[in-house]
Amino acid sequence: MSHRELDDMLGTGWRKPHFVRNPVLRWGLIAGFVAYLIAAYMTIEVDWGRVYEGLDRGWQFVLAFTKPDFVSRAGDIWEGLLESIVMTVAASVVGILISIPIGLGAARNIAPLPVYVICRGIVAVSRALQEIIVAILLVAIFGFGPLAGFLTLSFATIGFLSKLLAEDIESMDKVQAEAIKASGAKWMQWINYGVQPQVMPRLVGLSMYRIDINFRESAILGLVGAGGIGATLNTAFDRYEYDTAAAILILIIGIVMTLEYLSGVIRARVQ
Amino acid sequence: MPVLEKEGTQVWRRRTRGEALWRWFGWLIGVAVFAVCWQQISASTTWFFVWDAPRIADDIWTRATPPRWEYITQLGRPIWDTLNIATLGTLIALFLAVPVAFLAARNTTPSTLFVRPIALLIIVSTRSINSLIWALLLIAIIGPGVFAGVIAIAIRSIGFCAKLLYEAIEEIDHGQVEAITATGASRWQVMAYGIVPQIMPAFAGVAVFRWDINIRESTVLGLVGAGGIGLQLSSSLNVLAWPQVSLILLVILGAVVISEWVSAKVRGAII
Amino acid sequence: MLRLQKLTKTYKTGDQALKAIDLEVPKGQVLALIGPSGAGKSTMIRCINRLVEPSSGGVLLDDTDLTRLGAGALRRARREMGMIFQEYALVERLTVMENVLSGRLGYVGFWRSFLRRYPQSDVDEAFRLLDRVGLLHMADKRADELSGGQRQRVGICRALIQNPKLLLVDEPTASLDPKTSRQIMRLITELCRERGLAAIINIHDVALAQMFVPRIVGLRFGEIVFDGLPTALTPEKLTEIYGEEDWEATIEAVEDDEDIEAAE
Repeated sequence: MSHRELDDMLGTGWRKPHFVRNPVLRWGLIAGFVAYLIAAYMTIEVDWGRVYEGLDRGWQFVLAFTKPDFVSRAGDIWEGLLESIVMTVAASVVGILISIPIGLGAARNIAPLPVYVICRGIVAVSRALQEIIVAILLVAIFGFGPLAGFLTLSFATIGFLSKLLAEDIESMDKVQAEAIKASGAKWMQWINYGVQPQVMPRLVGLSMYRIDINFRESAILGLVGAGGIGATLNTAFDRYEYDTAAAILILIIGIVMTLEYLSGVIRARVQ
Repeated sequence: MPVLEKEGTQVWRRRTRGEALWRWFGWLIGVAVFAVCWQQISASTTWFFVWDAPRIADDIWTRATPPRWEYITQLGRPIWDTLNIATLGTLIALFLAVPVAFLAARNTTPSTLFVRPIALLIIVSTRSINSLIWALLLIAIIGPGVFAGVIAIAIRSIGFCAKLLYEAIEEIDHGQVEAITATGASRWQVMAYGIVPQIMPAFAGVAVFRWDINIRESTVLGLVGAGGIGLQLSSSLNVLAWPQVSLILLVILGAVVISEWVSAKVRGAII
Repeated sequence: MLRLQKLTKTYKTGDQALKAIDLEVPKGQVLALIGPSGAGKSTMIRCINRLVEPSSGGVLLDDTDLTRLGAGALRRARREMGMIFQEYALVERLTVMENVLSGRLGYVGFWRSFLRRYPQSDVDEAFRLLDRVGLLHMADKRADELSGGQRQRVGICRALIQNPKLLLVDEPTASLDPKTSRQIMRLITELCRERGLAAIINIHDVALAQMFVPRIVGLRFGEIVFDGLPTALTPEKLTEIYGEEDWEATIEAVEDDEDIEAAE
């Protein structure tokens, strides 16, 4: 029986089965994608002459990285950087503190339904609105300055951290939590003994990660007047002061790298 | 968790006295740092505006509602541009991220001493700088427009994609690579048969994940002049046309929700 | 056919995994390599096809010293040696057929292999081998849908399609249940007989080795301490290889097993 099968198959070619089995669908998808690419390419107007001119400036910018100018606008850079850091720290602290109760509320296995819906709503709104748009609105409401930036970052932190914290709580080990509940613990005690130890390492890790993101975001909030190094950077670009811009970018990259390194060390210690 | 002798009875404490002291000290410093930061923010805030904020917020709300629905007819092209910036940017980024990832992964890099640090530098520098800053820079170099947006998104995404990819490459099962090597396969064949199939799911996941993020980011690139719906947002804000602003925000919100839905669907289909 | 001459491997940590091993395997002979974990069995097998680079000594396959070959020549030499792995080491996300055909990678060019356009003779041989191990109907299944025994069969096909002179087999049964282990060992030894292949089977299950393999080599701390027929493997010899333990039960179990085998 099986040998007849083999005889039938010998001499016949073999092709790898396709990822999408249905040939019409497969070719349809490919054709659609190609058509999209062509349409997209056609509608992008590229002024190649301008790009060609720009190459020279681009090269100057690359060169600027070899001789960044930290000095001539040292005052502005220092002020902007300090403001960015201050906003990052304050917003991270406030954001993390607020996102813990909201994260608890957004976890279906420990929160009652009405609380769950409200907290998930907050998370959804915060995640859907981008930092820069929130910043624009908050600047319009509270005026220029780091307060708007601080509020923006706090708000964004809540969406990010609460969601991940809630997911973590939802996937935690039920048995441990039940054991604590069985001992007759009150709700707060139950959270403290049954839930907190399980999610703490990840909470610390995520918080560190968020501090890193907050700093990166704080660098652009200045573009819309919400404080931080972004305004200085924008001015530098406007004036074609590439060496100052390069200096600022190097500082940002350096600080992000340091933060990443620190968060790696702290995460390794917590886990 | 030490057990202390105290007046002849054993007393259990969670931490030794030294540890507890250090902890209190740490908390104290943390609170002090936060207080200083808050004071800085507070000092550069015009509190008069802040107390006036509820009235201003209310004022903006009444001006912004209802959205100017008929303005949607003018948003078709910007939405198309936004989609193109995100999609083409993601494609270019993936194209460039793959070689960078292979050069950065410990198990595939040709040289840990020279090539790997360069690849890691590319990853960290493109990742630490927000796409808005890249856009700002590119506009200064090659002029405003959709093209600058595409390139900005592409550069920003290289580091992100390459980082996730090289982590996936480092986690592959070495046994499968060894088995392919043992058949006498060449270096490239080992890559195609032993490594690529293993990282395919990660690659697809990263691509869709980043595309989702890029849709969000490309909606605001226009604020600095890099094309897409952000241009309309920016010009509407400049003339304080709040009903248009609210419509654009609704469109952006819709785009974010749809892209998140699409990426969740595609990821579900692949994995 | 295969000769190891003073083969030595010292790891960077200073551990000497192999201490001047001398061993000769004639054409068509199946040999079992036994010994405790860390005795250097796995290292020895990997030193032969240079998945692990030996520190000194020679590996002579038909008079070519593999340790002196450059990258290209080494790849050609590896085609002559099929390898079967403990955890099967199939490429999980490729189909059974692709896994089998990957044994031909040393013979086809990059683009041919990349586009999966193998010569018809290779495809036919793959079909024949899959039929021989009873997996022809699984050809287009993905490797991760298979059971352990089935995966190991695919691994055997991948090694055989290389048309090797020698099989290097690293703990083929370590991840399998006892029944499947025997089936796999029987399949490997049968196939070696059919094709006149020499094989070095690295195995920790002494009873299984005694049951199927005509020559047993015992390794301890990177040295050969036993080389002979399965029947010569007495409790004293096992003590020498593995250390002090009551071996009577193991050996008796083998005899019982043989009775069961005969009864089946």
